[in-house]
Amino acid sequence: MAVVAPPDFSEGSAAGTSRPAAVARLLATMGGEGMISRIGWTILSIGLFVGLWELCWLVGWADPKLLPPPHIFIGSIADQGKFFNTATRWQVGNAMTGGPSAFESVMITVAATTMRVFVGLLIATILGIGVGVLVRYFKLFDRLVLPTVTLLSPVSPIAWLPVAIFIFGIGNGPAIFMVVVALFFHMVLATVTQIDGVSNNLINVARTMGASKAQIYGRVIVPAILPGMLAVLRMNLFAAWMVVLIAESTGVGYGMGQVIMLARNTFNPSLVFFTIAVIGVLGFTFDWLLRQAQRRILYWLPDQTEKLRAL
Amino acid sequence: MPSDAPLSYSSKDAVVCRGVGKTWAAGTKRAHEALKDIDLDVKPGEFVVFLGPSGCGKSTLLYLIAGLEDATAGQIWSFRDKVEAPSPQRSLIFQETSLFPWLTVWENVSFGLSIRGASKEERRTVAKEALQRVGLTAAMDKRPDELSGGMRQRVAVARALAMRPQVLLMDEPFAALDVQTRARMQDFLLDVWRDSGASVLFVTHHIDEAVALADRVVVFTSRPGRIKTIVPIDMPRPRNLFSPEAEELRIQLTDLLRDEVDRAFAEQEALASAL
Repeated sequence: MAVVAPPDFSEGSAAGTSRPAAVARLLATMGGEGMISRIGWTILSIGLFVGLWELCWLVGWADPKLLPPPHIFIGSIADQGKFFNTATRWQVGNAMTGGPSAFESVMITVAATTMRVFVGLLIATILGIGVGVLVRYFKLFDRLVLPTVTLLSPVSPIAWLPVAIFIFGIGNGPAIFMVVVALFFHMVLATVTQIDGVSNNLINVARTMGASKAQIYGRVIVPAILPGMLAVLRMNLFAAWMVVLIAESTGVGYGMGQVIMLARNTFNPSLVFFTIAVIGVLGFTFDWLLRQAQRRILYWLPDQTEKLRAL
Repeated sequence: MPSDAPLSYSSKDAVVCRGVGKTWAAGTKRAHEALKDIDLDVKPGEFVVFLGPSGCGKSTLLYLIAGLEDATAGQIWSFRDKVEAPSPQRSLIFQETSLFPWLTVWENVSFGLSIRGASKEERRTVAKEALQRVGLTAAMDKRPDELSGGMRQRVAVARALAMRPQVLLMDEPFAALDVQTRARMQDFLLDVWRDSGASVLFVTHHIDEAVALADRVVVFTSRPGRIKTIVPIDMPRPRNLFSPEAEELRIQLTDLLRDEVDRAFAEQEALASAL
C-alpha cells in the first residue's frame, strides 16, 4: 500500500474530508487480486444459498406459490415492478397503469428508503456522538442527561412508532425519526464508553504539552474513539435498515416497507422475496461503502483480519 | 513538615520537593498512602534516577512533579514556580507507547506546537530539528505503527525535546525494550541529555540502568514510598559498567533494595492471607 497523506487533524477535522485524491486512492485499492477473490467468494456464498433453495424447489419441498425460488421471483421483475408504484397508487385520478414505469417505480422506492436510512443514520450519528462527548465534557450535562438516555435506550423502536406519527404525521418525517430514535440512545452510550476507554497516557501527553480541555477533546479523544465509533456505526447501519421498513409499512406513503405490506395484503410471495433481495443488496452495498470509508478514515489501523486468518 | 509551607521558594533548583506526600482515595476506606515525607532537590542539568521496588510510589512522585496529579501533602517547586498544573517546561515520557497513532512522526513531535497554534512550516522545522537529535529524520513522514519499539520511544523523546523542557521526566521509558536496545537507548539518552542541558528524573527498577545513567540514585522504600537514601555516583562518563567501581555500586544498591523487596513481599503475603 502506498503511503497515504493523512487528513490534517490539526485543522480541527477529525473525520477527514472527501477530496478527489481520496476518491482516486479508494479506486486504487478497489482493484487487485484481493478484490477479485473477495467478489468470487461473495458470489459463491450467495450462489450456494440460491442453489439450495432452487434444489428444494426442484425436489418439490418448496411450494413455488409460497416460497418461489429466485429464478421465479427475479424472473417476474417486470411484472412485479409496477407494484412498487405505491407513491401514486392512492392518488385520485391515477390508473393502475398510469404514473411512472415499473423500473422508475422501483428506483423511486429504493431511493426514498435509502434516503431515509441515510438521513436518519447521519442525524443519529451526529447527535449521538455530540451528546456523548458533551456528557463527558460537562459534568452537569452528564448528571442531567445520562440517566434519561439510559432509561430510554432499551425501549424498542416499535414503541416509538405511534409517537413518530403523533409528531410527524405521514411522510418522510416519521420514518427518519424512527431511524434516529432507534440509534441515538445506543450511540450516546457507546460514545461515553469509548471516551472512558481512551488511554490515559495519550491524554496526559496532551496535558503536559499545555493542551486545554477543548483541545484534548478535539485533538486526542475524538480521533482516539473514531475506530470504535465506526464499528458501532456499522452495526447500527443494519439496525437502521430494519427500523425504516417498520416505519414505512405503517403508512408513510411509499417505500420498501409499503411494498412489503402490499405484498402481504395481496398474498404475493414473489414480491416479498424480490423486495427482500433488493433490501439485501442495498444493505450489503451500504456496508461495503462504510467499510471502504472506514479504511480511509482509520488509515492508521493495521488490518486485523489478516492476522486472525493466520491463526 | 507542615503542608502550609511558604508559597514561594528562592532556590533556583530544577525541582524542589518539601514534605511531599500522596494518599490515593484519601478519606475513603480504600485510602492508601503511596508517598510520604519526600524532600528532594534536583539541580539544573542533573541526572537523577529513582530506584525502588514495584509499587513503591516512584512513578507517583514523577506524576506529582509533572503536575498531572496533586500532592496531598507538602509542596513542589520547579525553578521557583510552584507546581500546580502540567507545564511544557516539564515533559513526561511514559513506559508504554504514547504516540498518537493517527499522526505521522513529525506531527507527533510537533503536537505541542500545534497546540500553541504554530504554522505548519514552523512545526515541521522544529520537528525536523528534534528528530535530528534522536537520529530519526528519515522516519519523519512514517506513522508510529511502522516503527519499532525503540524507535517509537526515540520519537517520544524527540516530542519531549521539541518543547525545550527544562526538566525531562521519564517513567521507565525503556522497560518494554530488549536488553541490547535498552543499552543503546541509554547511550542515546545520555547524549540527548548532555546536548539539551535539561535535568532528567528517571524512574526504573533496574539497578544496572541506575548505575549506567545517574548522577545520583534516589532509593525508595516500599509502601509508603519514602526516600531511603541517596547514592551519588561520580564515575566519569562514558562509564565502564564492568569496572570494579560499578560492580561495587551494584552490590551496594542491591543490598539497599533487597530489604525493601523482602518487606514488600512480606506485606503482600500478609495481605493475601488476610483476604
